[in-house]
Amino acid sequence: MGQDCGDTCVKLLTGNDLATGDVTWWTGDGWSRHIEDAVDVGDHGEALLAQETAALRVNAAYLIDATATPEGPRPAHIKDRIRALGPTVRPDLTRKPADPNAGSWVI
Amino acid sequence: MAETNLRFRDDEPHEEPAVSIEAFLGQTNATAVRIEAGEDARLLLPYLDRLALIEIDFPRFRDGRGYSSASILREAGYTGELRASGDVLVDQILFMRRVGFDSFAPETPIDPHALERAFERFGYFYQAAADQAVPVWKLRHG
Amino acid sequence: MYQYDKYDQSIVDARVDEFREQTARRISGALTEDQFKPLRLKNGLYLQLHAYMLRVAIPYGTMSGRQMRMLGHIARKYDRGYGHFTTRQNIQYNWIKLEEAPDILADLATVEMHAIQTSGESIRNLSSDQYAGAAADEVCDPRPWAELIRQATTFHPEFSYLPRKFKIAVTAAEEDRAAIRLHDIGLKLVKNDAGELGFEVYIGGGMGRTPFVAPLIRSFLPADNLFSYCAAALRVWNRWARRDNIHKQRIKILVHDLGTEEFTRQVEAEWQEILPLGTDVPRVELDRIAEYFAPPPFESELSDNVDRSDPDFAVWLDQNVAAHKAPGYAIVNISLKPIGGIPGDVSADQIELIADIAEQHSFDELRATHAQNIVLPHVRKDRLYAIWQVLRDAGLAEPNLDLISDIIACPGLDYCSLANARSIPVAQKIATRFADLGRQRELGELKLKISGCINACGHHHAGHIGILGVDRKGTENYQLLLGGSGAEDASLGSITGPGFSEDGVVDAIEKATNVYMRERAEGERFLDTYRRIGMAPFKEAIYG
Repeated sequence: MGQDCGDTCVKLLTGNDLATGDVTWWTGDGWSRHIEDAVDVGDHGEALLAQETAALRVNAAYLIDATATPEGPRPAHIKDRIRALGPTVRPDLTRKPADPNAGSWVI
Repeated sequence: MAETNLRFRDDEPHEEPAVSIEAFLGQTNATAVRIEAGEDARLLLPYLDRLALIEIDFPRFRDGRGYSSASILREAGYTGELRASGDVLVDQILFMRRVGFDSFAPETPIDPHALERAFERFGYFYQAAADQAVPVWKLRHG
Repeated sequence: MYQYDKYDQSIVDARVDEFREQTARRISGALTEDQFKPLRLKNGLYLQLHAYMLRVAIPYGTMSGRQMRMLGHIARKYDRGYGHFTTRQNIQYNWIKLEEAPDILADLATVEMHAIQTSGESIRNLSSDQYAGAAADEVCDPRPWAELIRQATTFHPEFSYLPRKFKIAVTAAEEDRAAIRLHDIGLKLVKNDAGELGFEVYIGGGMGRTPFVAPLIRSFLPADNLFSYCAAALRVWNRWARRDNIHKQRIKILVHDLGTEEFTRQVEAEWQEILPLGTDVPRVELDRIAEYFAPPPFESELSDNVDRSDPDFAVWLDQNVAAHKAPGYAIVNISLKPIGGIPGDVSADQIELIADIAEQHSFDELRATHAQNIVLPHVRKDRLYAIWQVLRDAGLAEPNLDLISDIIACPGLDYCSLANARSIPVAQKIATRFADLGRQRELGELKLKISGCINACGHHHAGHIGILGVDRKGTENYQLLLGGSGAEDASLGSITGPGFSEDGVVDAIEKATNVYMRERAEGERFLDTYRRIGMAPFKEAIYG
């Protein structure tokens, strides 16, 4: 699907921590549970994916499109936004339980 | 690692290479046949006493057609070597032994310690199969 | 209910040990994810949108208080304080760590529970009638047969690497409370003219991308041959199912492609090969199992009268309590569908409360239903009021059984990586729109089912009103279906037309219910009116 992000289009590498299952994001030199720490992997995504998977530092990794914003990258697809934040129907279980507006970032 | 014994028969390994079902049905002297996943094992039922080796291929370990092929052959009375080849992991070997496979040619080597544990782990089985295991319902009632 | 002997326990314990080793091999890297995935799925462990998800089996929906309490323990210790009851009578936990999964399975094994074959290309949990052993309309309790099949299909060496998942349901009454014709194999216990017990066998039902109502394959299968016949059907399918296209691999596709007659011929032929081998489980084993399902020691001389003076209690009594075959007893339905809540979700506190009530007031037995509610099967009528008060205080007494707010909903895009759209917020909005109980009772029986994707875990094809979430150019969109049924009058819903936004589909549903109210004849449910007048009046009202 096309994006209207122009030169704020970024590619993020994401996956799950193998042992815990936590959703993780590539930060440039490691993995974070917080999408705000994710960096644009540009054209290096596939190579990083293979390297990190082989090293067991990530599981089930894949690349996604996102838009760079002042608050951090915003995934293009709603599924990835829900994955970044947590279930919209249980704000208390998301990454931002104290933020009453967190859900609007997803929608 | 040390060569894992993956043949569970007392007789000598069969030397002759396995031919395809199609080739076998066209020849009169072949004694070893290879069944691809999805081929009909029942085609061989009239010739079981001529066969010393039947090899069944598992192109992907998740493709379980070979288990039914093996079951059909053993149910029909085949007593020769029944070999599972291809994508075979240690996690499938117990099921394969149960349906009647007695030798294995996996693409990837199998850890002998993992194999030993796999054989020792389950002491009971719910259902009868081609192996000698007595199903649990029979143990319960004699 | 069934209790393990040393053989059952040994098998489950061995499985825990096996999975512990497989998990260690995965975490060490000895197994790739590709190799590990089918193995963990055979133990009910998915990698889902936010975390690993574990699906624990509740065989044919039946549990003891002790087992229910363990489910609460797992929610507290390993998850985030709640669980979700599913449309196949299982429970799911959404926040599981792989490194703890073997310990969870070990804990479950201490109360005779497991997660064996609850996902992946396996023979899944058998589902059955949530009123089994309590309702007057059954030929006999179907659950001993379900337990027999459960054992016979656990770690079946020929059928552990099937083309796709395989779901079996079994009932024993004319009223189908388990949607058997929407299963791969549906079994209905019947008696023939000679009074012998046997099964009507339906094969090839299912929902998902290509839904089918299962045709009748055999009108009478002698009960003692249940296993060998199922094995014949499984073998025909295992051998000939398409493996090239994941969307074409269920047995329903094979039945449809071959045609009922040819498929039946092949199964019968294979069955004749299998029959002489003596693989059927003997009647003496069925009798052994059946002893565990003997009726509990019902008391006699109990009053059938219930004090209805509390009006809220009376409403709940009328809606959620069903007739029991034993005088003085009743079947209690505990709704897990509070208005605005998450369908099927239950907190650890609520789990423990239900366990207590079951132990004290239902002969220590409870059931999970495929409608994502709980049943207490054997409750004395003179205890109903006290139980209702406790349930009410815990948010478990919504008097909406089979009403429009008794919604079946899959977890949807809030939890599931397969989903295209969220389903829970839609369920919440619908329930809130129709919250008025008087209005709900006016509308009467209205089974509304929501799936967040074509995999149909919410059974939307079988809803009187069904909703399917789709992805329309990156936006959530909802298709509306009318006229499905998962009962003995099984039918598949028809799409009304173009899809809607989340708010739009709620409006569309309201328009549809208004048509029903306008057009209905005496005694007609929504489904009956739809079947009588057809789609056109609804379509007219919805799309204008």
